[in-house]
Amino acid sequence: MRNLLITAILVVLSSTFVYVTTSGQLQFGKPAQTRMDDYFLRHGQEQTGANNIVTAVVFDFRGFDTLGEATVLFVVVLGVGMLFRKLMAEEEEEEQAA
Amino acid sequence: MSKIVSAAADFLYPFVMIFGFYIVLHGHLTPGGGFQGGAVIATGVALMFAAHRYRDIAPIFKKAIFNTCETVGLVLFIGLAFAGLFYGKSFMYNWLARIPGLFGEQVSYGVNPGSLDTGGIIPLLNIAVGLEVLGALSLVIYYLLTYVVQMGVNKHHGQ
Amino acid sequence: MANNIPFIAVAFIAIIGLATMLMRKNIIKIIMGLGLVEGAVNLFLVALGYRQDGIAPIFTNAPSTHMVLPTVQAMVLTSIVIGVATLALLLSFAIYIYQKYGTLNSESINRLRG
Repeated sequence: MRNLLITAILVVLSSTFVYVTTSGQLQFGKPAQTRMDDYFLRHGQEQTGANNIVTAVVFDFRGFDTLGEATVLFVVVLGVGMLFRKLMAEEEEEEQAA
Repeated sequence: MSKIVSAAADFLYPFVMIFGFYIVLHGHLTPGGGFQGGAVIATGVALMFAAHRYRDIAPIFKKAIFNTCETVGLVLFIGLAFAGLFYGKSFMYNWLARIPGLFGEQVSYGVNPGSLDTGGIIPLLNIAVGLEVLGALSLVIYYLLTYVVQMGVNKHHGQ
Repeated sequence: MANNIPFIAVAFIAIIGLATMLMRKNIIKIIMGLGLVEGAVNLFLVALGYRQDGIAPIFTNAPSTHMVLPTVQAMVLTSIVIGVATLALLLSFAIYIYQKYGTLNSESINRLRG
């Protein structure tokens, strides 16, 4: 039953992917909508003063996104630290008990 | 690791560090930025951890250094974003871009050779994010290696 | 069809990753499948923003001004960093699970322990 379900999911997803990639809706080298990116390319330099437009998008136009990303990184390291501190404390306890 | 590996790592370490800080500082001119440069610097730290004995390297790369780097980076980022609220119009406003002084030179539009003194708060945000990523990735490496070393020591004592 | 090879590669890698995640029992292999799906998504976003004969969107000594789209590259930059962070957290959880249960098989981890 479980294997049947997994096979069904994979067949449906792969047929969708194959349809999307071969039906001609997506064409490599010809993006469908470019208005926002053309705006960034034309006005990014005068509005932010950075030559690298990707950095201008990351740190200026989408600054909130980057703030959330930095927070995620901080919280992840906090979580890893808490996990390993707990593990090491348990190791110590087992050592003392044994 | 053997003598050859640790000597080669000692030789390569300053070059990796210089390359990483170059990527962070020139993030607004050339490919790169805070995230990529911080990852390169953390690679240098991982190289030193991998090439030397733990008891030789642990007193040099202390956990407190990486902790401080990470916290200072995030606080600097949020502080610069809030400064936009007071000096400019909105949160994360690029308030240094037009003021002559620190990174405030007017950029020449179109294709240009590039000047380090442009970009407003973008180079400062790059430095902040570079500090944070360097601290975060080095701390993850540090925790994993410290745990592995402690496991080995405990197993050894148990036998 | 012939010039859509990047999208076909994306579909291939994503299906391999999903199959790995669904069929394997080992937690490390499930995490590897997640990494494959992540890489497929990053490749898909970068391939979406490619323009024929475009160069990287950087004006420093650029040979031309016909550039690829910058927004998708910024999104991929975010996605890569978040991917590394979640990978570190997942591997730490895998270490913790191995310490607690002595196994990495996801089917034999079915007890709740405080």
